[in-house]
Amino acid sequence: MTADEPPMIEVTDLVKNYGPVPALRGVSLGVAKGEVVVLIGPSGCGKSTLLRCLHLLEEPTSGTIRVGAQQLSFGGKAMALAGRKLAAYRARIGMVFQHFELFPHMTALQNVMEGPVTVKRMDRRTAAELGRGLLVKVGLAGKEESYPAQLSGGQAQRVAIARALAMSPEVMLFDEVTSALDPELVGEVLSVMRQLAEDGTTMIVVTHEMAFAHDIADHVLFMDGGAVAEHGPADDVLVRPGNPRTRAFLSRFHHATALRSAG
Amino acid sequence: MHYHWDLAMVLADTDRWWHGIGITLLYSVATVVGGIVIGVFCGLALLSPKRWLTLPLEAYVEVFRCTPLLIQIVWFYYALPILLNFSLPAWLAAGLGLTLYMGAFCTEIFRAGVMSIGRGQWQAGRAVGMTYAQLMRRIVLPQAVRRMIPPLVNQSITQLKNTALLYVVAVPDLMYTSSIITAETYRPLEVYTSAAVIYFIMLYPLTLFAKRLETRVDR
Repeated sequence: MTADEPPMIEVTDLVKNYGPVPALRGVSLGVAKGEVVVLIGPSGCGKSTLLRCLHLLEEPTSGTIRVGAQQLSFGGKAMALAGRKLAAYRARIGMVFQHFELFPHMTALQNVMEGPVTVKRMDRRTAAELGRGLLVKVGLAGKEESYPAQLSGGQAQRVAIARALAMSPEVMLFDEVTSALDPELVGEVLSVMRQLAEDGTTMIVVTHEMAFAHDIADHVLFMDGGAVAEHGPADDVLVRPGNPRTRAFLSRFHHATALRSAG
Repeated sequence: MHYHWDLAMVLADTDRWWHGIGITLLYSVATVVGGIVIGVFCGLALLSPKRWLTLPLEAYVEVFRCTPLLIQIVWFYYALPILLNFSLPAWLAAGLGLTLYMGAFCTEIFRAGVMSIGRGQWQAGRAVGMTYAQLMRRIVLPQAVRRMIPPLVNQSITQLKNTALLYVVAVPDLMYTSSIITAETYRPLEVYTSAAVIYFIMLYPLTLFAKRLETRVDR
């Protein structure tokens, strides 16, 4: 990553309103190739909405998003993308959800193969090979034939990560992927994500795990009330926050963490 | 009571019984298949956000669900010809009524089946870059169809019994045949008991099948 290279993803003045209710009030951000950006903030601050807008699961109200060479402007009469073009855009971006959302009628391996086979028309043998490799990568060798109902939450979430990786996305979005897990299963998912970050995967991560955020983030954005309140290197935002709202938010977390380690 | 049962007499004309059974089965299968075809198309169309498309379909479903099937069959046979200025043959009027009635219920079964697949599954499919058609074919329908099968089997069982209404427009199904044989033999007890037993023999295995399906889907 060189400083003068334009960022791979650039978001400018992104606004999302739900009816009269603003969820994003003009958010801008840039993500360089190989960079890990972590979004933190109180619930309802718009961080998940931002991810969903990036993935066009929600159509932004106005603003622009650029991914690679593709520039999208919102706010016109028509949707920025629809049909096949929209699907093709989404295929370039991996998304992992809080509640895994594995396809329950498919085995772990079939879940991972589904995108390559159906969307990319990859032949089954190549896709199976790819899928097995990815399941090994997320530490699930031997679980290929298990159905989602037979997996623990941590295992299911790692299959979901492999499923997203199978599309070789240019960027991976993680939307509070450990929030629905039992505490003892959080670590296995975080360690997979840590490995991805070390491998140079471009990632945008929404999380409440502050220690983890500090470990993997190149850049941290603190969001509040639908806007970016503070951003900068992880050390600055998480350890020496300048904005009083960031400090207040983090102190609640430190308090909670202290309580947890005391209990 | 010293009633002397004479089953042999009423069952003597086996050809006519078989013919009645054949008509009943033919109407059951044909109207169930027709109803499912209607249900697939109308059910999927009902998922559209376009009101001009969904409004008439909703009206169709409610009209056929909220009026007695007997009235529908009689209406197609006796009333519709007045509007059209030509009469439908009895077999067609009754078939139309039975098919549209089954279609209304199948539409609801399909719509409900697809709706029962959560938003998260749709989003997960979109997240790997699927188009609407791919999403339907690979993710939504395979899961929805499993949930639709038990109610479809139940509705088909009801439909087979409903074919007995063919009687009112003189289509020679099992029920109508029974009434003819009764008129000839003056033995309603033997005839209608036999007919009931035949319906039971056709349907009981189906209900067992439906029960097995339901436990399998629950798993």
